[in-house]
Amino acid sequence: MKLIIAVIKPFKLEEVRTALSGLGVQGLMVSEVKGFGRQSGHTEIYRGAEYTVNFVPKLKLEIVVNDDQVEQVTDTIAKTAQTGKIGDGKIFVLGVEQALRVRTGERDEDAI
Amino acid sequence: MQKKHLTAALGLAALLAAGPALAQEGPTDVPVHSVFVLNTLLFLIGGFLVMFMACGFAMLEAGLVRSKNVAMQCTKNIALFSIAAIGYYIIGYNLMYPLGNWSIGTDDTGGYLGAFGVAVLEAVGIGADDADDLSYASTGSDYFFQLMFCAATASIVSGALAERIKLWPFLIFTFILTAIIYPIQASWKWGGGFLDSQFGFLDFAGSTVVHSVGGWAALAGAIILGARKGKYDSSGGIHPMPGSSLPLATLGTFILWLGWFGFNGGSQLAMGSIGDVADVSRIFANTNAAAAGGVVAVVILTQVMFGKVDLTMALNGALAGLVSITAEPLTPSLGAATLIGAVGGVIVVFTVPLLDKLKIDDVVGAIPVHLFAGIWGTLAVLLTNSDATFMGQLIPIIIVGVFVFVVSTVVWLILNTVMGIRVSEEAEIAGLDTSELGMEAYPEFGKGSQTI
Repeated sequence: MKLIIAVIKPFKLEEVRTALSGLGVQGLMVSEVKGFGRQSGHTEIYRGAEYTVNFVPKLKLEIVVNDDQVEQVTDTIAKTAQTGKIGDGKIFVLGVEQALRVRTGERDEDAI
Repeated sequence: MQKKHLTAALGLAALLAAGPALAQEGPTDVPVHSVFVLNTLLFLIGGFLVMFMACGFAMLEAGLVRSKNVAMQCTKNIALFSIAAIGYYIIGYNLMYPLGNWSIGTDDTGGYLGAFGVAVLEAVGIGADDADDLSYASTGSDYFFQLMFCAATASIVSGALAERIKLWPFLIFTFILTAIIYPIQASWKWGGGFLDSQFGFLDFAGSTVVHSVGGWAALAGAIILGARKGKYDSSGGIHPMPGSSLPLATLGTFILWLGWFGFNGGSQLAMGSIGDVADVSRIFANTNAAAAGGVVAVVILTQVMFGKVDLTMALNGALAGLVSITAEPLTPSLGAATLIGAVGGVIVVFTVPLLDKLKIDDVVGAIPVHLFAGIWGTLAVLLTNSDATFMGQLIPIIIVGVFVFVVSTVVWLILNTVMGIRVSEEAEIAGLDTSELGMEAYPEFGKGSQTI
């Protein structure tokens, strides 16, 4: 089992969710986050004074999948979330030691 | 607004001249009782429109401060309005309108300090013989209308000093401003004092008498109070602190815009003749045109200068346009009114960054809007009213400015020495809502300005 963490542009969420549903992904978690990457924020002007937006709003997706799905899921996220412009986000893959479905007590791959 | 007793005297003269021949052309076409009723109605309608400007100021300021200070800003606004009502009743009204009973000076040689005494209304259920001034309007309507102008002056101050001033010193200053500072300088013009009789100063509804006065008091306070923590750094950097709700700020601006029809229209002080009611109509249309001019100027200028339209400055532009036309909303054409308002908008775009360069932290732009556009508006009278003279406008602007700035500075310094006017750094960072009031404006919503 792997945990896929994907940071994407907020407006891409629905597109990504639809594409992942098409792959048979059974669930995902979304949270609103702020952060910076190589883009290092950007500048805006408020009442004539320039200021730096150090942390840009993004969405963080967290998806746990079986090992054999990892490549397909990461490829799909990358393809649908891509605009080609700076700030498209990043994807990380981590190992998952255990999973447990609270309602039934099923464990690991049965719980995904 | 012309001085009250002069208008009254002219009305009386018209009445006497008319005598039995009430069918003559002119104002006497309307029976004198109807004139009294219509004038009174103008004051009441104008007065409650100006009262609603207190709501406009409250919403504008609530929208332009950060969410951790919104409840405090609302508290200050409703409290200052109420304190103004008491200060103007106890001292202000008769200080502003001594009706010739000057404590210092006379009507002829110039009045400097008005009368002392509480405001007294006409009795209940009066007949025509008992009216204080049958050719003018009821005293109750006049008092009500004038009080709202006094309260508007105090509202101007609260926005500039937001997010770091303590509640009680602010309210004490409000009392002194509305009971003493505002009425004294207003008597010099509208009470028939020396600016009116000796200088021929023209300020129809108060670009100087109301708006600049609020602006000067705010400027004095902002300098002594200092900037919000983190607004300016030692290397000259400016760190904007975006407001909590631009929809609220927009609503507040529209409410102020609406209220301004009462502010300027009511300042015709008469609606009992074809001439007067047509003039009130002109004033409504010109007031609207000036606000529009201010907005359009800012929208275009900010797009060109900053690459994006700045909504908060566009809102300031509407108000600067309104302030600019307030000294003379009657004589300009619609086109001239639009241009006078547009210059007000230009002033906003250039003076908001200027204040930042000087490290004077004006949270809502009250000083550019009310002080700088107020000075412009007072000078703009020269463009369309041939009765105005350059020195007759300029010298009163300076006299009122020096008086209000110096007295306000002294009052702020005394308050600062006696009780301190600024909250602690810890309270400022936590926000005045929790630190001073123990409540939040939006306890069930997101954390807004308190997040990263």
